[in-house]
Amino acid sequence: MLDHTSKEISERKALVINPAKTCQPIGAMYAALGIHNCLPHSHGSQGCCSFHRMHLTRHFRDPIVASTSSFTEGASVFGGSANLKTSIKNVFSVYKPDVIAINTTCLSETIGDDLPSTISDSEIPEGKHVFHANTPSYAGSHVTGFSNMVKAMVTHFSEGTGDGSNNKVNLIPGYTEPGDMREIKRIAKLLDIPNILFPDTSGVVDSPMTGKYNMYPKGGTKVVELIDTGSSMATVALGKFASEAAANELEKKCKVASHPLNLPIGVKATDEFIMELVKITGKDVPDELEEERGMLVDIMTDTHHHYHGKRVAIFGDPDHVMALTEFTLSLGMKPVYVVTGTPGKAFEKEVNGMLESSNVEGRVKASGDLFELHQWVKNEPVDLLIGNTYGKYIARAEDIPLVRFGFPNMDRSIHSYFPVVGYKGAMRLMEMIGNALLERVDRDALDEDFELVL
Amino acid sequence: MAIDKKIDKILQKYPPKVKKNRIKHMLTKDSEVGQEIQANTRTIPGIISNRGCCFAGCKGVVLGPLKDVVHIVHGPIGCSYYTWGTRRHKGRSEKGESNFLSYCFSTDMQESDIVFGGEKRLRQAVKEAYEIFKPEAITISSTCPVGLIGDDIHAVARDAQAEFGIQVMAFDCEGYKGVSQSAGHHIANNVLMRDVIGTGDAEMKQYAINVMGEYNIGGDGWEISRILGKIGYHIVSVMTGDGTYKELKSAHKADLNLVQCHRSINYIAEMIEIKYGTPWLKVNFVGIAGTIESLRNTAKYFGDETLIKRTEEVIVEELKEIKESMEMYKKICEGKTALLFVGGSRAHHYQGLLKELGVETVVAGYEFGHRDDYEGRDIIPHIKLDADSRNIPDLHVEKDEKNYRVYLSPEKLAELKKEMPLGQYKGLIQEMEDGSYVIDDLNHFESEELLKALKPSLFCSGIKDKYVAQKMGIFSKQLHSYDYSGPYAGFKGAVIFGKDISMGMNTPTWGFITPPWKQDALLEGEVIEEVATC
Repeated sequence: MLDHTSKEISERKALVINPAKTCQPIGAMYAALGIHNCLPHSHGSQGCCSFHRMHLTRHFRDPIVASTSSFTEGASVFGGSANLKTSIKNVFSVYKPDVIAINTTCLSETIGDDLPSTISDSEIPEGKHVFHANTPSYAGSHVTGFSNMVKAMVTHFSEGTGDGSNNKVNLIPGYTEPGDMREIKRIAKLLDIPNILFPDTSGVVDSPMTGKYNMYPKGGTKVVELIDTGSSMATVALGKFASEAAANELEKKCKVASHPLNLPIGVKATDEFIMELVKITGKDVPDELEEERGMLVDIMTDTHHHYHGKRVAIFGDPDHVMALTEFTLSLGMKPVYVVTGTPGKAFEKEVNGMLESSNVEGRVKASGDLFELHQWVKNEPVDLLIGNTYGKYIARAEDIPLVRFGFPNMDRSIHSYFPVVGYKGAMRLMEMIGNALLERVDRDALDEDFELVL
Repeated sequence: MAIDKKIDKILQKYPPKVKKNRIKHMLTKDSEVGQEIQANTRTIPGIISNRGCCFAGCKGVVLGPLKDVVHIVHGPIGCSYYTWGTRRHKGRSEKGESNFLSYCFSTDMQESDIVFGGEKRLRQAVKEAYEIFKPEAITISSTCPVGLIGDDIHAVARDAQAEFGIQVMAFDCEGYKGVSQSAGHHIANNVLMRDVIGTGDAEMKQYAINVMGEYNIGGDGWEISRILGKIGYHIVSVMTGDGTYKELKSAHKADLNLVQCHRSINYIAEMIEIKYGTPWLKVNFVGIAGTIESLRNTAKYFGDETLIKRTEEVIVEELKEIKESMEMYKKICEGKTALLFVGGSRAHHYQGLLKELGVETVVAGYEFGHRDDYEGRDIIPHIKLDADSRNIPDLHVEKDEKNYRVYLSPEKLAELKKEMPLGQYKGLIQEMEDGSYVIDDLNHFESEELLKALKPSLFCSGIKDKYVAQKMGIFSKQLHSYDYSGPYAGFKGAVIFGKDISMGMNTPTWGFITPPWKQDALLEGEVIEEVATC
């Protein structure tokens, strides 16, 4: 497995090997699925759209539907405006969504298709919406694409003056699982805070089996809610890479104050999330949440010896990885290698700061790839690897336990139904990490050291 | 209601322009008349096609499985990333040999590369790949923006080849070329034929064959090789499942080419025959009858009595081993119906196997087959290239005087051609029962409506369709990835396929779809009339 990965690290300037990111439009497609009755549309050649649908389908094991402009060579040279107009017409007459959310690809971005004018020249039925986000694949990553699409939702829909007249708080959940979005809504409900969560893929990509197929499932943020985001009292943006741009746009456009936070993974980040909501609304924290928090800290104390001092390598999307790095530090672990494929100096700065203040010496890299991470592991091994499905190759090659975390997770199922955010999510993460470490202890123990109680 | 009436009803829901287009891509099988279908034309924008692109057909399908080659994708990260481990072309690591299948290589183009050109980055990437991995060869595959910004990937390949002394091949497989994956097959075939096949000097051996258009999904190629090896054939190369660049170079040293996937490899099959004189035989190793017929034809081509005898012995042995299991699965599956919609060959190849399991195919279609895959190769002279495909170059080869060999006399060949599909493929339509339906480039709307109207027991398609069908209570078997199972080819594969679909159509979960409180007639709620139960 990965037999050609050598221990010696040679500097690479151009070749990326085994990336820890993918391209923008898939993130935009995922975000668009978080709008009720919305069909994502990919403005490019059809290969991108197929790849993105396939990848999301493999991750969620649910239907992921999106349309495409299906560029041909002619359109690629002379512009794809006609293809887009035909698409819009066909989509509304055959598939009847309320909203078409268009993302672009490296093709339409390179040729410079002017989407706003094409859209305004298109036949859009009364009461229906077509909007777009520019998502050039050669900039940023899928997280950037998610961010751009959520920002576009604000640009297109949000109306209001930020007067708080709807008494709601906007919540942007970041590029998270539907299980996480459900948990964020549950926490807000426990706090008795009316809110608009957008985008919201719960009930869309984790839809139930009923014997009937619904192209547009029950879930998704409704258009009226998206419009109403401009009348909220504040926006809490979870995960700066994925959510901050939209929150800032909403502040600029409708004067709704932006509150960017880390993804609420782990005790500290969840505390911060709840405290922020309390500060904004003046609500009291209910016993139920306090009890959950107490349970989490109790578990952390009871089992600290399972985690303490364990060397861990973490890779994935920046918001997830930053939050998890913090949580592993809270568990007394040593996150010695921390990598994201998504570019951004802020990532390195923040993670290095965390490691420094915990006296952990580690390597941190944005725009990194799994080939280099593997080489680091070869040079100085770790006890645990945390990352997406692609980590399984390194895990096998180096015989390291892997905890599957983040996107995509294509070789295990059910993950999308449960949260990693909030106190509950932190408990689940601890169980996953603890089980992985202890399975390994059991596997490696000599008979005489094989313990009944751990 | 006859199927065609149901199809008519579906077509009525389309806007006139779409209807006019789609109707040409559909037909009801009628063996009394010659039938035409429109295929390999551009996708209707916004229709939600299942198709992919030229890059996927070139790098993802044909090149990717060559395991000792570093395949560099020149483009932004996505194209390379999505072809990393997602198609299950298996490849064994042989001792001392390279295997790069678990790697993904990309130039990860950035905005500045789009603006100032990406050639510099590509040059550097090839250099780094050579220095780190020392592969047998390197391929460079273009993605959408590369053609637009005018990067000269051929110049980069030429220079790298001169500098590093290994073959570096460039493929102009930008995603927008042609109308589907099919263009990518053609582009890959051209370069492999021009630059690789014929450059090797492997020793000539008896009963030497190539297995072509076989990508070893889930180990299919290994099962086929196992059977062929048992009979006594020498496999020179497999194109390209578990294949190597090294073996491919000597592909001209075989005496017969077996073609499994006609769509993706018929170009090379044709060109090898012209250049080196090696005929090709259409085979189908999916299904028992198909496998037996393919083995018998192959043996008959070589005409050697020992080989023919051995073939029959192996068939008897293999059948004995699977008889009981096949009978059991047939009992479970008998009387079921299937709807098949797969890439460019499997929608045809699986019909025999399904029939052997008692399952009737009521609708079949390809994403990107051409008219010859539907109607048979006789139609080729009558196919008109349209504007979207005209820019895919044809490679013209000539007789190689030095290496041209005639294994069978032209008279003998002509005689055999009457008995077996030598240089011939009859297409999908001839396999289908009268009254069944053939649909090209089936889309999401049509799939959904057909599933509702026909309520098949089984929908064989891909990952994008799978969960749509299953939400309706219809088992969907992926015939691209085999749902991470396999092999499905050959004798052993037939049993695994029988087991998998029996399991899928009979999993207890189908019985739980309707909650008990909706089953009671006194309560309100809709009872689902028909779910796939067995």
